[in-house]
Amino acid sequence: MNRAKISQKIGFFIIFLCVVTTLLFLGIILYFIISRGMGAISWEFLTRPPTGGMTGGGVAPAIVGTFYLTLGAIIFALPLGLACAIYLTEYTPKNIVLNILRISINNLAGVPSVVFGLFGLAVFVKFFGFGISILSGSLTLGILILPGIISASQEALTAIPQSFREASLALGATKWQTIRKIVLPTSLPGILTGVILSIGRAAGETAPILFTAAVFYLKGYPDSVLSEVMALPYHIYGLMTEGTFPEEQTKIAYGCALILLFMVLSISAVAIYFRQKQRRIHYG
Amino acid sequence: MKQKIKEEIYRWIFGILAFSSLLFLVGITITLITQGIPLFREISLWSFLSGRDWYPTYEPPDFGALPLIAASAFVTLGALLVCVPLGIGSALYMNEIAGHRQKSFLKPLIEILAGIPSVIYGFFGMVVVAPFIQKLFNLPTGLTALTGSLVLGIMATPTVASLAEDALSFVPNSFREASLAVGANRWQTLVKVIIPSAGSGISTAVILGISRAIGETMTVLMVTGGSAVIPKSFLQPVRPMTSTIAAEMGETVFGGLHYNSLFAIGLVLFFSTLFFNILAEFISSRYRLKLGMGR
Repeated sequence: MNRAKISQKIGFFIIFLCVVTTLLFLGIILYFIISRGMGAISWEFLTRPPTGGMTGGGVAPAIVGTFYLTLGAIIFALPLGLACAIYLTEYTPKNIVLNILRISINNLAGVPSVVFGLFGLAVFVKFFGFGISILSGSLTLGILILPGIISASQEALTAIPQSFREASLALGATKWQTIRKIVLPTSLPGILTGVILSIGRAAGETAPILFTAAVFYLKGYPDSVLSEVMALPYHIYGLMTEGTFPEEQTKIAYGCALILLFMVLSISAVAIYFRQKQRRIHYG
Repeated sequence: MKQKIKEEIYRWIFGILAFSSLLFLVGITITLITQGIPLFREISLWSFLSGRDWYPTYEPPDFGALPLIAASAFVTLGALLVCVPLGIGSALYMNEIAGHRQKSFLKPLIEILAGIPSVIYGFFGMVVVAPFIQKLFNLPTGLTALTGSLVLGIMATPTVASLAEDALSFVPNSFREASLAVGANRWQTLVKVIIPSAGSGISTAVILGISRAIGETMTVLMVTGGSAVIPKSFLQPVRPMTSTIAAEMGETVFGGLHYNSLFAIGLVLFFSTLFFNILAEFISSRYRLKLGMGR
């Protein structure tokens, strides 16, 4: 074997090792969460509130809370994000406007999650006086997922062949009619993919709700958008850092982590399924 | 005529809503500045950035953010040592070595790694990585800068991998074919042709990985231990900027100096990630021009 061949062997082996290590880490994380989390999961765990100072019972209020927060975030971010994507792709603004919007979307996507939390605290909790509530948390999470929804919708809209639009306009339809009757229905699967991925993101985020929505323990369930709320990711953090029974709490935290992981991963599995289906439609 | 007015109204509605992301970005900047500024009436910006003591609850309090900034830099650097080789290696494997089948199996796995919420990484770090590090080095606590770097590195790997993979896929196939045609083997082609031509795309991936690692909160909050001293070794507990904000906000008085100081840290954090994002944007727009793809 000559030198070039040997160096190729070594080089490819190192690259192979990188992939194996990455997958190994993934395997270890999944193994620990699933194997230890399974023990904590039961019907009671999913449907009951916590008991005995966080050492027993279930985590139902946290699951419900995460559902409310995520739903609120989508209700806020979807219309805004979709409108922005429609404006960018369908109304083709001037270059300067396009650049300003593109830069602000990209940079908003790069803002650290805890900074969104600070913004939510100063603006929604204090300035608007919503307090620590589902409303404040949902709005904060909504801003966080906005850039993702915009880019996913934009991608879905640009995937629609130009001929579809031209055909509709040629028949005498106005721009808005074309968007509503042709562009939006055709791009729906793509937009849904983006929305579903954002649901996964919003459900798992912790830092933005630290100061805006979440509490470690709540008596009963929230009864309005202005109530404080328990949330699954925050509950994991709380169980690991607060309270007086670390051993029992760690067990419950494993259960919560498994539920959260299952929720987030099954949500992205649905998104990936939608994406595949959409590709089949577009590319036969 | 009525139709025309209606159309105009729709255009305006979409146009106005489209500016929401700009509004939020400006809103975040203004909020951080107005809430952070009162601190600088008490102490100078310089003594905030270079002060070595962070004792916000003492009387009189000390607001020296250097230990927190240094901790962020330290942990991010450590994370880079993990995520750069793993991320770029995975990208090279997927794009250059793996066949179509293997790739369609690997990509979703990397996406799963990217989809795991940060609090789960933090939890995993606390219950699995920290005890391991503690035993391995015989330390009083396993919650150290090293633990943080390791977990953060794993977490940032998929970001780097998928961005680097994008960059590699932009390299035209003709480059590859030309190199192979003149007798270079695949490894030589990879090192001498593909990596250099995807170079700026790969560096963009690394820069965005840095930005992600600096801003990550829950993981570092849970696994770095949280002592606000300037780090000297990877085996000691540290307190990066993000975890300082998250951990201390609960104990502050609204409108007090401590509250303002956390917004000032948020401002430092915001501008550092903004800097890296703009840098990445700049490099990638240059890179597209170089490969003749326009903007």
